[in-house]
Amino acid sequence: MWRYLIRRLLELVPTLIGVSIAVFLFIHAIPGDPARLAAGQDATMADIQAMRARLGLNHTLPVQYLYFVRNALHGDFGLSFRQQVPVLQVIKEHFLPTLLLSTSAIVIAFAFGLLAGVLAATRRNSMADLVITAFSAAGISIPSFFLGILLIYLFAVNLHWFPVTGSSSVRGLVLPSVSLALAPLATIARFVRSSFLEVAGEDFVRTASSKGLGYAAVTYKHALRNALIPVVTMTGLQFGFLLGGAVVIETVFNYTGLGWLLIQSIGFRDYPVLQVLLLVFALEFMLVNLIVDLTYGALDPRIRYG
Amino acid sequence: MASVAATPRRERRGQDLWRRFRRHRSGMVGLALTTLFVLMALLGPIVRPYDPAQPDYLNLDAGISAAHWLGTDNYGRDIFSRTLVGARYSLSIGVLATAFSSLIGSLWGLLTGYLGGWFDTLSGRVVDIMLAFPGLLLAIGIIAIAGPGFRNVILATTIFGIPIFARLVRGSALALKERTYVEASQALAASPGRIMFRHVLPNILAPILVYITLRIGTVILIAAALSFLGLGVQPPTPEWGAMLSEAQLYLATDPLMAIAPGVAISLAVLGFNLLGDGLRDVLDPRIR
Repeated sequence: MWRYLIRRLLELVPTLIGVSIAVFLFIHAIPGDPARLAAGQDATMADIQAMRARLGLNHTLPVQYLYFVRNALHGDFGLSFRQQVPVLQVIKEHFLPTLLLSTSAIVIAFAFGLLAGVLAATRRNSMADLVITAFSAAGISIPSFFLGILLIYLFAVNLHWFPVTGSSSVRGLVLPSVSLALAPLATIARFVRSSFLEVAGEDFVRTASSKGLGYAAVTYKHALRNALIPVVTMTGLQFGFLLGGAVVIETVFNYTGLGWLLIQSIGFRDYPVLQVLLLVFALEFMLVNLIVDLTYGALDPRIRYG
Repeated sequence: MASVAATPRRERRGQDLWRRFRRHRSGMVGLALTTLFVLMALLGPIVRPYDPAQPDYLNLDAGISAAHWLGTDNYGRDIFSRTLVGARYSLSIGVLATAFSSLIGSLWGLLTGYLGGWFDTLSGRVVDIMLAFPGLLLAIGIIAIAGPGFRNVILATTIFGIPIFARLVRGSALALKERTYVEASQALAASPGRIMFRHVLPNILAPILVYITLRIGTVILIAAALSFLGLGVQPPTPEWGAMLSEAQLYLATDPLMAIAPGVAISLAVLGFNLLGDGLRDVLDPRIR
């Protein structure tokens, strides 16, 4: 297990280096002179020269990259163009709200997706199955931002149950997390249904019923537990995508998380912040995928890490 | 492996597939929806009752009426006409970007899967890096560099889709490489190009086609999200995502401004998703 973990972490290194190069080059791919942007609107030629030296832009690209990595390892990502404070500080302020939003969304998606999927699978071809199947087809097609706007119209503008803008309070979190949860919920429900039906046809489930175990024991202990393995992977993947989806939902609800910050930074051409945000999102996504792989073994004793 | 069969059998296979597809209820719903939206995209700008850009200051935020089927927006523009014309933007982005990314991605996957070696290792890394950015983040990053607008949305969504096709095709090519008939052609000294395009590619067309259909829906969704965020097609262009973004401010007084383009996106994406699922069930029951 430990050996496997270390191997998986080492395997991430090349991708990580690649991502850091991509993110580093990002700021150089922007049309225009970063020194001029950093120095501000009414900077003189001398200011811009000074800024160029301060940003290390007079070195060659590979040298600049090494400086970038060295500084990054020290937690130094430079200053935000807009606020003139360290980038990491800006990002820290917006990290917790996004974590809160995406976690509550994935909890909703997993709980209700699992419930709906099992319900549909155990009552195959019934009315409930039909409704759930139709719902999950709709769920992956409705854009989250449209759902968000509909929910705002119904529950905030008309019924006044929830505030129009999202916040980290419980009431402020409901509408944005439901909007964000719909697509992964539908995907998970769909996946649980097919995974469950597949497992239900396997030999060990038939063995379990033929040795006289009750319906509940067969369904929940044998079939569901085995059907859950791919579902966990799917949920992890969905959590990763959800991090991307949060960008749109945070904008709809004016929820000041990382996604909101991302769009703001594009608007203000705050490239240092943008650069680190892309890095943070990629890191989170890679980490989630790693955790998903590791959970595998905990659920399926057949998988042994060599 | 019917694709290597002679023409008459291939024709019969086509009829057989159509017969099976016709019985696939949700697939047929998808086909009907996509046909409707394709017609909208082709004919919308011709049959629209009003000029989608023409303001009418005597008729601001009007409700549903015989003259304006879906009411008017904050400039008095006809919402029905705008939604109708909007199909052309969303569908052309969806179809063009998916066509480009499937072509480039499939070629890339075919080359790496079939040739293998250091080229495969290196390109696998590049794919990993591109897929390391969750959801639409890669597309947003590209837009941040290239700037907003119709053409850059196509560029961003194309690049966004390439690694997905590359990975799909690479996997299938890798599996097919070991098949006896491919080994037989190798023994007959057929060129790698011939083997790739005559023997490997035809046998992975089915999953590629399914993916293309499903991708068009995803691209429409991503493009609408980009426009909604102000990074894609810009208002006053009647693109659905851009319309939704404008509508947010008038939600309390004119909800139809948001509902019309929102429902249009949802139905268009639903259509391509259902069609793709149906095609998958009929063409290749093994992939799920």
